[in-house]
Amino acid sequence: MSGLAMPKPDAETLRRRAEIVADMRIIVPGEGVVDTANEMRAFESDGLTAYRQLPLVVVLPETVAQVSRVLKYCNERNIRVVPRGSGTSLSGGALPLEDAVLLVMSRFNRILQIDYPNRIVVAQPGVTNLGITTAVEQEGFYYAPDPSSQIACSIGGNVAENSGGVHCLKYGLTANNVLSIEMVLMNGEVVRLGGSHLDQEGYDLLGVMTGSEGLLGVVTEVTVRILKKPETARALLIGFPTSEQGGQCVADIIGAGIIPGGMEMMDRPAIHAAEDFVHAGYPLDVEALLIVELDGPSVEVDHLIGLVEAIAYRNGSTTCRISQSEQERLSFWAGRKAAFPAVGRISPDYYCMDGTIPRKELPRVLAGMRDLSAKYGLGVANVFHAGDGNLHPLILYDANVPGELDKAESFGADILRLCVEVGGVLTGEHGVGVEKRDLMPEMFNQIDLDQQMRVKCAFDPNHLLNPGKVFPQLRRCAELGRMHVHRGQVAFPDIPRF
Amino acid sequence: MTTFSPSTSTEVLSTIQWAAAEESPLELLGHGSKRGIGRPLQTEHTLDLSKLTGVTLYEPAELVLSAKAGTPLAEIEQLLAENGQQFAFEPMDYGPLLGGEPGQGGKNGTIGGVLASNLSGPRRLKAGAARDHILGVAAVSGRGEAFKSGGRVVKNVTGYDLSKLMANSWGTLAVLTDVTFKVLPAAETEVTLAIRGLLDEAAVAAMALALGSSAEVSSAAHLPERIAARVAGGKHGSDAATLLRVEGFGPSVVYRIEALKQLLGKAGPLEEIAGEASNAIWRDIRDCRPFADGGTRPVWRVSMAPSQAHHMVMALRMQAAVDAFYDWQGGLVWLSMREGDPEADLLRGLIRKHGGGHATLVRASAPHRAALPVFEPQPPHLAALSARLKAEFDPKNILNPGRMAAGAGSATLARSTEGAAS
Repeated sequence: MSGLAMPKPDAETLRRRAEIVADMRIIVPGEGVVDTANEMRAFESDGLTAYRQLPLVVVLPETVAQVSRVLKYCNERNIRVVPRGSGTSLSGGALPLEDAVLLVMSRFNRILQIDYPNRIVVAQPGVTNLGITTAVEQEGFYYAPDPSSQIACSIGGNVAENSGGVHCLKYGLTANNVLSIEMVLMNGEVVRLGGSHLDQEGYDLLGVMTGSEGLLGVVTEVTVRILKKPETARALLIGFPTSEQGGQCVADIIGAGIIPGGMEMMDRPAIHAAEDFVHAGYPLDVEALLIVELDGPSVEVDHLIGLVEAIAYRNGSTTCRISQSEQERLSFWAGRKAAFPAVGRISPDYYCMDGTIPRKELPRVLAGMRDLSAKYGLGVANVFHAGDGNLHPLILYDANVPGELDKAESFGADILRLCVEVGGVLTGEHGVGVEKRDLMPEMFNQIDLDQQMRVKCAFDPNHLLNPGKVFPQLRRCAELGRMHVHRGQVAFPDIPRF
Repeated sequence: MTTFSPSTSTEVLSTIQWAAAEESPLELLGHGSKRGIGRPLQTEHTLDLSKLTGVTLYEPAELVLSAKAGTPLAEIEQLLAENGQQFAFEPMDYGPLLGGEPGQGGKNGTIGGVLASNLSGPRRLKAGAARDHILGVAAVSGRGEAFKSGGRVVKNVTGYDLSKLMANSWGTLAVLTDVTFKVLPAAETEVTLAIRGLLDEAAVAAMALALGSSAEVSSAAHLPERIAARVAGGKHGSDAATLLRVEGFGPSVVYRIEALKQLLGKAGPLEEIAGEASNAIWRDIRDCRPFADGGTRPVWRVSMAPSQAHHMVMALRMQAAVDAFYDWQGGLVWLSMREGDPEADLLRGLIRKHGGGHATLVRASAPHRAALPVFEPQPPHLAALSARLKAEFDPKNILNPGRMAAGAGSATLARSTEGAAS
């Protein structure tokens, strides 16, 4: 593990491990408790594989009552808990801690209700993202957010990370597609936020829970909205001599009032890696490749394809192919969807970043990345959710070369600083986790972070749930609770007491 | 009684620092367009945010707009319209219902108020509410600390989403000073398909059928017979009207309306209403115009599962005289209580019995608002969590104290009714 400081393990908890394991077996009988190093190995890391840690014990509950009892037990004994869905987090959100129970929600794998008139599905949190679509696709429905890990990632994990995907420009993120969750607080209390209706009463706790990275509660049930599949979808594959032209084309498409179902860009290194890997027929003589997908009734799609083609031409596109069949549309996507493994073939290791920037800053950020690439002596390939400004630079390195991982991480941190500098953010969809935790002060000052931690205090005052994630420095809730206000120099002298 | 009228974020901060140090509660006001919603406040001082104005960033190509929280919504909507854009969530104007006039003198509410009350409109069904379009905020907590959350980009999961937490918080957590919203292109064309003469049950079935099709219906409302004449100046007659709005590019709208006609041809007589006439109908539905009679009879805004709400209304009718109409495919019910009694317990009990949801007493006399929970009471664990959250933002309870529920510090009182567990 490179120099990442995690909370100091609690000696008392480690000493009482055997007793805790035995108690967990009472709460979750059967196969639900895993405590040998060998068996726990499968859980030692998530999608951010550079970091590994065996947990205290792995617990796989099957019922809400068990989740509630585990959390209450741990809360009363000051034992830390790390919740985990499918373990596909790219930011280390599910990284275990040596002294923490790893609460794995994978046995919550049933769909509980499909309601077509109200267009909702109620699922347990361990159901995969794709599993929801699979359950309803026969009737022509689907669940819109589609993170690229959708075959494996769980809907509970999607809530924790507010997952996106290529379709979120038009159809929104997880937060816009979840109606309700049931969750268990660290003290064991079970609460339900929202329902099968729109908008939660009271404070928007559902909005705060979505994207809270497992620090506020453990999700035990999720209600999502499903949509009718668009009648048809077609894509354009457009090449540009410069990334500036590609970026301007994206701006002009949106400026024309068109919100495509998906709009993805790749830079030259990514195009070449992808083409070498899947032979999608990508042009190799362009600096930027844009995939624009339009969905809806065919009359609309045909109309918009004409508009987009004209916009591309005006922006100096050198190639523009329009899919004439479903097979061709999928072939356009094949390279983009295989971009990560394709880059994995040209480099022993790669490190995937996830900043978001205002779209217009793309040329500046790409240029900055080229400079950084030269500075660090490491290659970088870029795939870009162009419609919403979410960049995924893939930094190429070799973990077997001493010092290269550290160099890649420094390079990545510099890219994210650049994103923030141009008005963007540290993470668009992968989450802060442990990975970007120490970069949070680049975006937030101490007051901002304190207010976020106070939200944590309302849910989990002892900081027992997923500690060491998101916040660079944990401050005790009692300390955060103190008021430091003094009478301000108010510009309203008419107050008698001034 | 003092009214503070800060015109900069710094002045807001020093005002709150003073109020926190003095533990002196403030009523937060923009234009006062929604002042009649919530428990009446009895604070010594008022914080008037209507001078904290100005659009600070608008980049149409980036689909983003930032403004100081007191900027009039009307002014921003005008600016967006000039650029062919809009807030897709279609924020309603409470003016007509609560006694004001729509957009009069630009006083139909501030952009901060839009978020604080999580406004939306008929397009909520497809496009979401204010909470779905907020990208970032700057605010001052009741602790007298200026904090920010979010940013100006659509995709952002950096830290907790405190911007969403401001939605529907009615000024009880923090004073918004700056908001950044996502904006979207306005539709090129709009056509409404009306099915005439349906009863509630048939209307709800027709709307579910339409929304379950790929016609991308953006709004679906049902105006029963007594109500239909109260929109768009009555020019569409008084027969019950089940309304389906389709928006987008011209050829697509034509095609999708045709598809809906095929799908619903047997449901009842169909009419097509296009352009401004369509627009006028949805504006009136959005603003609850049918109950904007200048009176004070109680009006409820109820959100339930679309397939359930009309059953609840039917059950309610057996015990109370109500006028009702439906938006959001039937899931949003506007209820006007004809006899002047809000019947809060009866209504909320029936909502729970029919699959749950929530009811907000959006129009009522001050005594009713003081005596009854205006906002849906929450189950005990959830109410306690909300109260803890309120205390983390506003430990001295100086921001709109009691507006969302009686009792110091608690955002919402626990449900008193027996057997009310979720």
